[in-house]
Amino acid sequence: MKKVDLVVIGGGPAGMAAAVKAKEKGVQDVLILERENNLGGILNQCIHNGFGLHYFGEELTGPEYAARFIDKVHRMNIPYLLETMVLNIDSDKTVTAVNSAEGVFTIKAKSIILAMGCRERTRGALNIPGTRPSGIYTAGTAQKYVNICGYMPGKSVVILGSGDIGLIMARRLALEGAQVKMVCELLPYSSGLTRNIVQCLDDYSIPLRLNHTVIAVHGKERLEGVTVAEVDQDRKPIPETAEFVPCDTLLLSVGLIPENELSRDAGIELDPVTSGPVVDNRMETLVEGIFACGNVAHVHDLVDNVSNESELAGESAAEYILGTNVPDREEAITVKAGNGIRYTVPRIIRKQSLSRNSVKIFFRVADVNRNVKLAARCGNNILLERKKVKVTPGEMETLELKAEDLQEIKAGEELVIEVKTNGEGQ
Amino acid sequence: MRRVGVALKQKLYAFVLCGFFILREGDVVLYDVVVAGAGVTGAFIARELSKYRLSVLVIDKESDVAMGTSKANSAIVHAGYDAVPGTLKAVLNIRGNKMMKRISEELDVSFKMTGSLVVCFSKDDIFELEELKIRGLKNGIDDLEVIGAERLREMEPNISPNAVAALYAPSAGIICPYELTLHAMENAVENGAELKLECELTGISYDGDAFRLETTKGIVECRYLVNAAGLYSDTVAEMAGDRSFRINPRKGEYVLLDKVYGSLVNSVIFQLPTDKGKGVLVAPTVDGNLLAGPNAEDIHDKSDTSTTSRGLLEVINVARLSVPSLDTRGIITSFAGLRAAGSTGDFIIGPSPVNKKLIHAAGIESPGLTAAPAIGEMVADLLKKSGLKLEEKSDFCPFIEKYIPSRKMSESQWNEAVKKDPAHGRIVCRCEKITEADIVSSIRRTIGARNVDAVKRRTRAGMGRCQGGFCSPRVIEILSKELGIPLEEVTKAGGKSVFLLKKTK
Repeated sequence: MKKVDLVVIGGGPAGMAAAVKAKEKGVQDVLILERENNLGGILNQCIHNGFGLHYFGEELTGPEYAARFIDKVHRMNIPYLLETMVLNIDSDKTVTAVNSAEGVFTIKAKSIILAMGCRERTRGALNIPGTRPSGIYTAGTAQKYVNICGYMPGKSVVILGSGDIGLIMARRLALEGAQVKMVCELLPYSSGLTRNIVQCLDDYSIPLRLNHTVIAVHGKERLEGVTVAEVDQDRKPIPETAEFVPCDTLLLSVGLIPENELSRDAGIELDPVTSGPVVDNRMETLVEGIFACGNVAHVHDLVDNVSNESELAGESAAEYILGTNVPDREEAITVKAGNGIRYTVPRIIRKQSLSRNSVKIFFRVADVNRNVKLAARCGNNILLERKKVKVTPGEMETLELKAEDLQEIKAGEELVIEVKTNGEGQ
Repeated sequence: MRRVGVALKQKLYAFVLCGFFILREGDVVLYDVVVAGAGVTGAFIARELSKYRLSVLVIDKESDVAMGTSKANSAIVHAGYDAVPGTLKAVLNIRGNKMMKRISEELDVSFKMTGSLVVCFSKDDIFELEELKIRGLKNGIDDLEVIGAERLREMEPNISPNAVAALYAPSAGIICPYELTLHAMENAVENGAELKLECELTGISYDGDAFRLETTKGIVECRYLVNAAGLYSDTVAEMAGDRSFRINPRKGEYVLLDKVYGSLVNSVIFQLPTDKGKGVLVAPTVDGNLLAGPNAEDIHDKSDTSTTSRGLLEVINVARLSVPSLDTRGIITSFAGLRAAGSTGDFIIGPSPVNKKLIHAAGIESPGLTAAPAIGEMVADLLKKSGLKLEEKSDFCPFIEKYIPSRKMSESQWNEAVKKDPAHGRIVCRCEKITEADIVSSIRRTIGARNVDAVKRRTRAGMGRCQGGFCSPRVIEILSKELGIPLEEVTKAGGKSVFLLKKTK
C-alpha cells in the first residue's frame, strides 16, 4: 500500500487551492486525485467571465481562473492523477481508487481533504410529472454539451429555476441562437446573483417568471412542450393559470447537492441542511484528520470564497500533519443557526485554534429581507452586528469574528448567528 | 453458445451452395414460428422454442427488448397466494416461482428471495390474511405464515406502528425485469432464434398453410404464430380476425429512491389487495434502491406512460401507511408502467378460436413476470398440440455467457481486467461506478444497446442519483463511436429522441 501524507480528493478549485496551501505550509507529500481528464473541475466549462474579482482583484473566465491554480500546482510540483475515481474512503484514512494505468489501488494517508464538489438536482428529485422524452437536461449538463462538446442541446428553451447556472445558460443559449422563452422560478425571488439576472436575462429580454413552476412535461420522443403554472403562497400550482409552452428543451437549475457519498461511507457526520460534512473553524470534519472544503462542504456562489475556504482547509491539514496545531476537541464552541438563518459553516469553533486573527462564519439567511442587522451573540452578549440593506438566501453572508472576542466564550457555550429585522418588513 | 448460431449459418450457407434455394434480399423467409412481442413473455417463449430444431423469429416494434410492461413493473417474483385457485395465473405463478432460482442462475440474472409481507393495519382485517393463506394453500404454497406485530417489527423495524399483523411468504422475491427479459432473449438468440427490432406487425393473412405477416420491415411467413404482443395483443388477434378478447391498459406509477434508502425495508411490503390489484408496495430492488408503487388507473391510451402529480402523491401517501419514514427527498426518479389487463380476468393463453396455429399468450398482467418461464413451457406445449413437431436439439445451451461488471470484480480480478483493457479502469458513471468497458460491452453484446436508455438498462449508467447528469455526455460519445454514427444521431430511446441538434457556432 502506498503511503502519502495528504490525499486531496478532487482537482477542482477547492482541491487545488487546498493542495497548494498545504504544500506552502510545509507538507511535502501531497497527491491530488481527479476523476476528469483535466484539473480545474467545473470551472473548465464556465467560459463566461465574473470570476476572481475578490480573490485576484480582476475579472477572469472560469478556465482562466482554473489555469492560475493549475499553474501553481505545476510550479510547486504537486503530483496529481487524472481520470482517477476514488471508490472508497475509510475513517482510518485509507483511500481506494481506480484508474486505467494502475487499476485498483489503495493509499494510506495521514490526512485527507475532501473536495469532490457537488452535483445538480434532477427532474426526479423534483418529481415533475409527465412523459420521459429527451430534451430535459440539468443546466450544467447542457453547459457541458455547449461549451465542452460544442453541440447545441436544443433550439427553443424553457429554464426552470433561477439558480446562477440556469441564468448563465439562458444567455449562452441565446447567444448561440436558441430561443429562450422564459425562466420560471418557484419562489418569489431568484436564488441567483443579482448581477446575473441583469446581465443574463434583462439584457437579452428573457422574461423571469417568479412564483411559477413547470407542472408537466409533454412529448413522446423529444420534448414538445411544458405546462407552466403560477403557484400560490404555499407554492402549490394554481390550476387556472396553467399554460402550455411549446419548447424542445427544458433546463433545470434547481439546486446543487454536495457529493458526499464517499464521506457518508467513511462515517463522516453530515449536516442535514447543507448536505455537507459538519466542519469546525479549521474545516475539519468530525473525523480527525479529514477536512472538507468548497462545494462538497456547502454550496458557494463565488469561487473566490471557495479558494479562501480551501486554503484554510489546506493550512489546517498541514498543521495536523506536522503536529503544529492539533486543538483539543473538547474545547469547543458550538455555532448555532439562530432566527432567520438556514445554516452556518463552521458549526464548531475549536478554542485552541484561535491563534489566528479571526474566524469567518459563512451563512445563508432563510428569507429575503430588507434593512436588517446580522448579528453574532453569545447569550445576551452581542459580539458583532452588521447592517444590511437587503439579504437574500441566494447570496452567502459572512461575519468575521475576532479571536479575542471568541476567547471570551467558554467551551460548551453557543455562538448564535441571527437576523434581526426592525419590524419594517420587506 | 454462439456455436449454435454459427452452425446454423453454416448450414444455411451449405444450402445456398447446393442450390436448394438462394436467399436474396427481399425474398420472403418461411419460419416455423414467429413470436410477436419481445417482452418477458415473448423472450421466454423464444428461449423455450430454441431448445428444438425450429426456425424461430421474434419481432417487436420497439428499438429494444422489454420496452412495454416488462420494463416498468414492480420487479417482484410473487409467491402465488393472490390468484384464484385453478386459474392460469395461479398455476403458472407457482410453477414460475419454482423455476426462477434455476433460471436466474442459467441466465445470470439478479434475483433475491427476500420474502414478502402483506401487512394489515386493523385487527378486524386479520381474517383476510388468513383467507389469503388458505388461498395460498389451495394453490400449493405450504410455507405461508400469519405473523404478529412483534415478529413483524423484528423483520421490518421501519414498518408502521399501526401494523398489527402480516402474511409472510418466504418464497417471494425481487428480480431485475429487463435483465431477465434481455438475458432470456439473448439466450434464445445464441441458441439460434432470430430477433428483429423496430419491426412492427401491420397485417396478418393465412393461406391455409402459412401465415403471411406484413411488417414495417417487409413480409415474413410462418407456419405458427405466437401472439405475445402485450398491451397490443388484442390488436394482433384482430389482425387475424379474432375478436375474442380485449386488453385494457391499467396504469401504475412508481417512485424510485436513492440507495441510501434501500435498506428501509428488507422484504416486499404489500398491503391487503383490492379489486384493482395488489396495491402499493414498498420493496428493495436487486440493485439496492427502494421502489414504491404502483397505484392503479384504467386508461385508454396504450402509449400513455406519463406520470401525474396526483398519481405520484397517491403512491407516496399509500406507501407511507406501510413505511411512514419514507422520505420524498430520497426520490431520484419516477415512472409509470401499463398493465396489460385481459378482458377475461385471467391470462389468455391458448390457440385462437379462429386458427389453432395462432397461439395467444395475452393478458399477461401480474404475476406475469414470475410466470414467464412457465408460460414459455406452456406455449411450446400448445404449439405441439397444434401440430408443431418439437424435436430436441442436442446442443441447446441453457447458460448465458456471464459478464461481470468491473465494480463487481474482486480487486485482483479488476486489476487483471484493467491490464487487459484499460477501459475497465475508466469510470464513466460515477454514481453507479460503471466503467467504459461495461458500456462498450453492453453495446457489443448479443442484443446490443443502441441508445442511451438501452445502455442504462444493461449497465445502470445513468440510473443513479445524478440520473445521467455527469455520464450522459460520455455515454453518447461511446455510443457514437461504437455504432459509427454522428453524435447528433444518438438517441435517448430511439426515434426522434436525440440529445444534440447541431454544432455550436
